Amino acid sequence: MSTISRDEVARVAALARIDLRDDEVDRLAGELDVIVDSIARVREVATPDVPATSHPLPLTNVFREDVPAPALPVADVLAGAPDAQDGRFAVPQILGEE
Amino acid sequence: MTDLTRLSAAELAATLAAGEASSVEATRAHLDRIAAVDGDVHAFLHVNDEDALATAADVDARRAAGEELHPLAGVPIAVKDVVVTQGMPSTAGSKILEGWIPPYDATLVERIRAAGLPILGKTNMDEFAMGSSTEHSAYGNTHNPWDLDRIPGGSGGGSAAAVAAFEAPLAIGTDTGGSIRQPGAVTGTVGVKPTYGGVSRYGLIAMASSLDQAGPVTRTVLDSALLHELIGGHDPRDSTSIPEPLPPLVEAARQGALGDLSGLRVGVVTQLQGEGYQPGVLARFHESLELLTKAGAEVVEVSCPSFDYALAAYYLIMPAEASSNLAKFDGMRFGLRVEPTDGPVTAERVMAATRGAGFGDEVKRRVVLGTYALSAGYYDAYYGSAQKVRTLIQRDFAAAFAKTDVLVSPTAPTTAFPLGEKLDDPLAMYLNDVATIPANLAGVPGISVPNGLSDDGLPVGFQILAPAKADDRLYRVGAALESALESTWGAPLLSRAPEL
Repeated sequence: MSTISRDEVARVAALARIDLRDDEVDRLAGELDVIVDSIARVREVATPDVPATSHPLPLTNVFREDVPAPALPVADVLAGAPDAQDGRFAVPQILGEE
Repeated sequence: MTDLTRLSAAELAATLAAGEASSVEATRAHLDRIAAVDGDVHAFLHVNDEDALATAADVDARRAAGEELHPLAGVPIAVKDVVVTQGMPSTAGSKILEGWIPPYDATLVERIRAAGLPILGKTNMDEFAMGSSTEHSAYGNTHNPWDLDRIPGGSGGGSAAAVAAFEAPLAIGTDTGGSIRQPGAVTGTVGVKPTYGGVSRYGLIAMASSLDQAGPVTRTVLDSALLHELIGGHDPRDSTSIPEPLPPLVEAARQGALGDLSGLRVGVVTQLQGEGYQPGVLARFHESLELLTKAGAEVVEVSCPSFDYALAAYYLIMPAEASSNLAKFDGMRFGLRVEPTDGPVTAERVMAATRGAGFGDEVKRRVVLGTYALSAGYYDAYYGSAQKVRTLIQRDFAAAFAKTDVLVSPTAPTTAFPLGEKLDDPLAMYLNDVATIPANLAGVPGISVPNGLSDDGLPVGFQILAPAKADDRLYRVGAALESALESTWGAPLLSRAPEL
């Protein structure tokens, strides 16, 4: 019995913008239990007194001079685009009809 | 005449420098080898023959003109397909990038080109580097040269197999949880994950940005040091790149090969042996420890109790970062675009249709997992808790390195398993990386050195870990072990691999 429901998988897949077939939703609902098991395991030692580490090595912010540098030629960048028009990426409709 | 594909990179470089062979001859020899065996091995997704031969001819002309060249100039190399290469396909093993030609080079590729190494082609990998067997490539399996029915490891199975099959003397890999070191172990090759920030990540197609690191894949420890020095060092285009210069790595490898490890303290990690490790893997491990002792090292046991939680923390952090990094594959600016079969064609619906069609099962799994872990209400409990384990693992490393100079373990718990065996069991697949993941979580460097064959006749790897920015220790100890093993065997391990 999986802890994460089919509906939950479908909701998360929609957030991740991935169309899933019904059989994929079924399979993932079972497999996502790994995350529930992982969190149970991690919680055994992740107590409030332990600080979180976001990065493997200590980092300080990196500054540089704000000077223009050459950018990639527009034509080279658009050469790999699914669709382009007038030197820009052409994308499907973004806003609704109304 | 010498078979140029059987030489190490250092030997080939010396042969070229002495004028005994040209780079065109060396590059052609490797392209011929690829043509002869890659139908069986399938290490390459793209062979870059014309461009590689042009680079080789250019290097030969410059050498003839008396120009001073990089020590590795003219020595061919293969590059994992997750690294972008201008003018050459870079799919990361995914259908979503099929046919895409990057408009720029990764920093490490720029350095390879500037040094005059002909790029033989791009190597196969698990899609977006997600896997431990290369079976998650959208372009078919790579086969282990030791036994074509077995996995070459992953995600960088193509790079490791290419080097093991003498299709390339050098290759580039990337390691997020073991993707350089574990393929090295199961193919009998050397693989190095440098200190996090030691090699620029600019131009790597990211999986988990706080864990990813590129590094060398070779047949000898010295060759890894030579390649590491070429690709490593500061890059202003990667804000996590380490500003200090690399320690002297080639010098460390040459010194280590002399075989004297007097005064070196080696820590055996209690948590990275025992249950789940094959008897043959452990037997070779203990023999290698004896060789280190004979070379003068002091071997002690150290406990790193938090390592038992590394796999669980990794499987929270990695998908979370991957789900965020893979958001850019949306069918808008590059790669595949798929329109929905019914309903309105809006950008949002095109993104979902494109990602549904372009991503494979394992990528979908990890993106959905990561999105779940990062979604409202779960972020602190999931990602936040996993980051606390990261702190604990770093503390364990710090305590262990206060008492020792290097830590050691078997690289992978088992030898190469048959293709298909673990494909439907993600958890069993993940256990391959149990010994390699702690280094990624703490950012410390690691090397896998081939240390023999198990009872099943398949190669085994010995992992050495060092403190951050002390990558030179990997090469000193790795080269000492390699030279002790080879004097026992009388020849390199790969000379025992079957003919292809």
